[in-house]
Amino acid sequence: MYAKSGAIRINGTPVPPPDDPRVSLLDLLRETLGLHGTKKGCNQGGCGACTVLVDDERIVSCLALAVQYTGRDVVTIDALAGEDGLHPLQQAFIEHDGFQCGYCTPGQICSAIGMAGELERGVPSHVTSDLSAKRIELTDDELRERMSGNLCRCGAHNGIVSAIAQTHRAGQLSPRSSTKARRAAR
Amino acid sequence: MKPFTYARAGDVAEALRAGAAPGAKYIGGGTNLVDLMRETIEQPTALVDVTGLSSDIKRLRGGGLLIGAAVRNTELATHREVRTQSPVLSRAVVAGASGQIRNMATVGGNMLQRTRCAYFYDAGGSRCNKRNPGQGCDAIEGFNRTHAILGASSACVATHPSDMCVALAALDAVVHLDGPGGARKVPLTELHRLPGDHPEVETVLDRSELITAVELPPLPWARRSTYRKVRDRASYAFALVSVAAALDVRGGEVRNVRIALGGVAHKPWRAHEAETALIGGPATTRAFRAAAEAELMAAKPLHDNGFKIELATRTITAVLSELAGGTR
Ligand SMILES: Cc1cc2nc3c(=O)[nH]c(=O)nc-3n(C[C@H](O)[C@H](O)[C@H](O)COP(=O)(O)OP(=O)(O)OC[C@H]3O[C@@H](n4cnc5c(N)ncnc54)[C@H](O)[C@@H]3O)c2cc1C
Ligand code: FES
Ligand code: FES
Repeated sequence: MYAKSGAIRINGTPVPPPDDPRVSLLDLLRETLGLHGTKKGCNQGGCGACTVLVDDERIVSCLALAVQYTGRDVVTIDALAGEDGLHPLQQAFIEHDGFQCGYCTPGQICSAIGMAGELERGVPSHVTSDLSAKRIELTDDELRERMSGNLCRCGAHNGIVSAIAQTHRAGQLSPRSSTKARRAAR
Repeated sequence: MKPFTYARAGDVAEALRAGAAPGAKYIGGGTNLVDLMRETIEQPTALVDVTGLSSDIKRLRGGGLLIGAAVRNTELATHREVRTQSPVLSRAVVAGASGQIRNMATVGGNMLQRTRCAYFYDAGGSRCNKRNPGQGCDAIEGFNRTHAILGASSACVATHPSDMCVALAALDAVVHLDGPGGARKVPLTELHRLPGDHPEVETVLDRSELITAVELPPLPWARRSTYRKVRDRASYAFALVSVAAALDVRGGEVRNVRIALGGVAHKPWRAHEAETALIGGPATTRAFRAAAEAELMAAKPLHDNGFKIELATRTITAVLSELAGGTR
């Protein structure tokens, strides 16, 4: 049994866990590290604005206690762009008008990348009709259902959906292509 | 600042030792507990992280599965055998919360998540017998559209919010516990309590008892099973009513059936009345409707939730008809 050990890797940099175990990963990012890309909407798991990737899986950082994430690899919106420019999904959000105020956007983008990884791993969704299928197509229904944990109060959903669909079709959405973009950034 | 500690348990013995300390509480994904701590509804002084305990799904000899308490909801829904042998469970899990939350939530935490009753959550302004035993319940005379119609009491009309548990109730799942008094097993249908005079006592667990796993006994015909959730919007909302069912039909006759309801009671509601009415009888829409009505006979509507009686009746009928249709 140990109180807390090791660091949390955040965008490639080891960060010691907070002294107070009640600090959320979201507050660690924003308040302690000054990484303001990740947004706080509801602070209760309901809006998805605080979505980040942990070992390539999407989570809501507002309900995550930072101490629970030592030894893990956290990636936020702040680290998605590489030296060669924006992540393909970021670019697609601009091209498809995937935002107005932009507050939900970092969460939408991280969530979509995590979502693509789930699709590759065969994770079913509420609208998946055949649970025994080996491959699940990202239909419009699948995309909307899988992204339903991310709300947009500006109502930019149509642009969001088309940006994600296009990036996915181009094979540039999965955590693997995102990792490549990150590596290039280092 | 009040002293507060966090420790990660490496095994069950460590978890139990730390969990026995006064003020200690286990934490899984934290998706319910962290929220309730922020609302001051839960006030632990020590957290014991149990996400490092068993996160395996093992096949049991003689059939069935043993699902570790630390298995994440996403992994449970994705597991090949769960998807193909017990689709109702996979479907129930993905009907709940969001992709992000399912990646965090554990099986153990899902079972012990607390009600979403708005009066329970309103620690500053409302009376609630769960939060403050004996205080009274503002939901009974309040806005109670989402509240219970079965098994409620004059002390509490809250519902249990879990989708996963409704499927587990239908599948005869057995919860494995460990505690200071030793290990024991409890059927999922007996894990949660009805509110009675003590709605603050929500389960049969002792204070520091730990859920170590949940067992799915072999139920080969549950391959024909499904989950239907009716809610206010198409996704990302708690159930108004949900139905988990498995059906075995041969030659137009119901050989066996399991039905459980969500969103209607303080616990996942196993529909024994309906099951008894159906077994050995014809697999017709009419029989399904009659059985559903038999189950809902005991329903007691509140001011705003009378619609749930007809909604549950129709949803049971529709789900059984869907499952029966698939046998032809
Ligand atoms: C916005 C939102 C929407 C949601 N929508 C749905 C929905 O539609 N359907 C649904 O079913 N759920 C829904 N949920 C609830 C979600 O499913 C639960 O919060 C989650 O399953 C809890 O799991 P956890 O591991 O995070 O539990 P935690 O929050 O870590 O713990 C919950 C409780 O379980 C106890 N505990 C945890 N593990 C153990 C163990 N092994 N032994 C003993 N005690 C233990 C903890 O002490 C705590 O009391 C929603 C949640 C949010 C935030
Ligand atoms: S801020 Fe985390 S989900 Fe809304
Ligand atoms: S762009 Fe404003 S909330 Fe989505």
